[in-house]
Amino acid sequence: MKVIEVDNLRKRYNDRFVVDGVSFTVEEGEIFGVLGPNGAGKTTTVECVAGLRTPDSGSVKVLGGLTGDALKEKLGVQLQSSALPERLKVWEALDLYASFYEVSVDPTALIERVGLADKRDTRYGKLSGGQQQRLSIALALVGNPRVAILDELTTGLDPQARRDTWELIEQIRADGVTIVLVTHFMEEAERLCDRIALIDSGRVVAIDSPAGLISRIEHQQTVRFRPSGPLDDAVLKALPEVTGVHRDGDRVTVTGDGNLLLAVTAALASAGVVPADLRVEQATLDDAFLALTGKKITNGDAR
Amino acid sequence: MNKMILVEAKLFLREPGSLIFAIMLPLGLLLVLGMIPDMREVSPEMGGQRVIDNHLPAMMTILAVVTMAFTVLPGTLAAYRETGVLRRMSTTPVSPLRLLAAQLVNNLVVAVVATALLIGLGHLVHGTPFPGNPPAFAAVFLLGTASLFGVGLLIAALAPTAKSAPGIGSILMFPLMFMAGMWIPRELMPDLVRQIGDFLPMAPFGQALRDTWAGQAPQTLNLVVMAATLAVTGALAARLFRWQ
Repeated sequence: MKVIEVDNLRKRYNDRFVVDGVSFTVEEGEIFGVLGPNGAGKTTTVECVAGLRTPDSGSVKVLGGLTGDALKEKLGVQLQSSALPERLKVWEALDLYASFYEVSVDPTALIERVGLADKRDTRYGKLSGGQQQRLSIALALVGNPRVAILDELTTGLDPQARRDTWELIEQIRADGVTIVLVTHFMEEAERLCDRIALIDSGRVVAIDSPAGLISRIEHQQTVRFRPSGPLDDAVLKALPEVTGVHRDGDRVTVTGDGNLLLAVTAALASAGVVPADLRVEQATLDDAFLALTGKKITNGDAR
Repeated sequence: MNKMILVEAKLFLREPGSLIFAIMLPLGLLLVLGMIPDMREVSPEMGGQRVIDNHLPAMMTILAVVTMAFTVLPGTLAAYRETGVLRRMSTTPVSPLRLLAAQLVNNLVVAVVATALLIGLGHLVHGTPFPGNPPAFAAVFLLGTASLFGVGLLIAALAPTAKSAPGIGSILMFPLMFMAGMWIPRELMPDLVRQIGDFLPMAPFGQALRDTWAGQAPQTLNLVVMAATLAVTGALAARLFRWQ
């Protein structure tokens, strides 16, 4: 079942279309990634989906066409850079937000769920960044939503807090909540998302699973090693799998496709050369993005 | 809604600095200044009244109200906007307007408490008479407070950052308080200054508080200016307020 249908969405600020003809659908129960560099129009797109902005043209249909408060009852949203009053305690925030919804989940259970049980009397301002994000997720879930939109969830978190947050998201999906995850963080999209919409300059470049996106670019692989003795490049160049051989000091970089690693190691063995520091590099989502847009996505904690 | 008012009240009490300032400063000034002999003597310039009869307590009431209206209220709202508290609320079925309403209620409660303490302790310590026209006094208090809250909301709407909101409030506060007679009673001002003051937000409030404190009816012009201030600032704030 489709829970979100976006068709040819356009939104203009001043004279610039920040969202310029975006279309995608989100299926029930999936984690759908909206991935792209900063300023690509990701946040504006999901704000239109959440009913917080009115599109200039195009249509957005959520849960069969809910709008207004009926939509907000069923849609949990965690927006980037929305804080809480510093002196508000964790349990007070959840208790207050639970009162906003006709149907809400038990705040106490939710506090346990996001791992803040021992912080329930702590003020928002005293929480760590990861704890604030988990509270933020809890607030998006307190209305027992069917769909949750989570925007730049792990930006600014340390690696451990980031992994904890990912685990939490996987649990939430296991409960049957459909999740739209906005991110510019490749590893996050690759790890969590069932499908990803790659967005660049307000347009959808591609929609596919992470593996599908990666397989769209040429099946090029790279093998790097340091040969133990003298090695003639011609030995490698003669292999049908190899498309290029480069040397950088004592390091050799071989590019090619098919079963490149096996072909290279077999050729080295018959030449009596042992490859040290042998590495195989496969295409990543980063490479896919680069190939599809001609741009490199800003990774990590650029904000 | 009750939960929201309660939560906002708790947050208020957890940051007692502004609260103490709004309540204790006017009260302290009333009690200390009221001991100055000049304030306690019948003065011909003041129409045969003593300064502590109604001028000083009315000015201190204004000081309490304006502290809430011009600095605390706009500061809190601008901070809620800047940190995304309002934006987060707008994703829920409950409108951030309710948060605004809860803030207004709490600020009003503080202003009422401050005024009650000024009346009560002023009477106990200095024998300041109780307001002579209680229903009119209460009505003037509510209208004047609402009009100053209107200005406060407009400051919150126009302030570019959370930090600048109380600053803008303070800059507006001092000249308006001067025109209201905070430092020089209006009786002693040149006619022109007094007449200009009649058409600014604070002086009519002070004048109407003094009139009703003395047991008289408020002047129509004062009421009209207060109502107009409320209507204009309220409408402008509603138009200009940004939620994020």
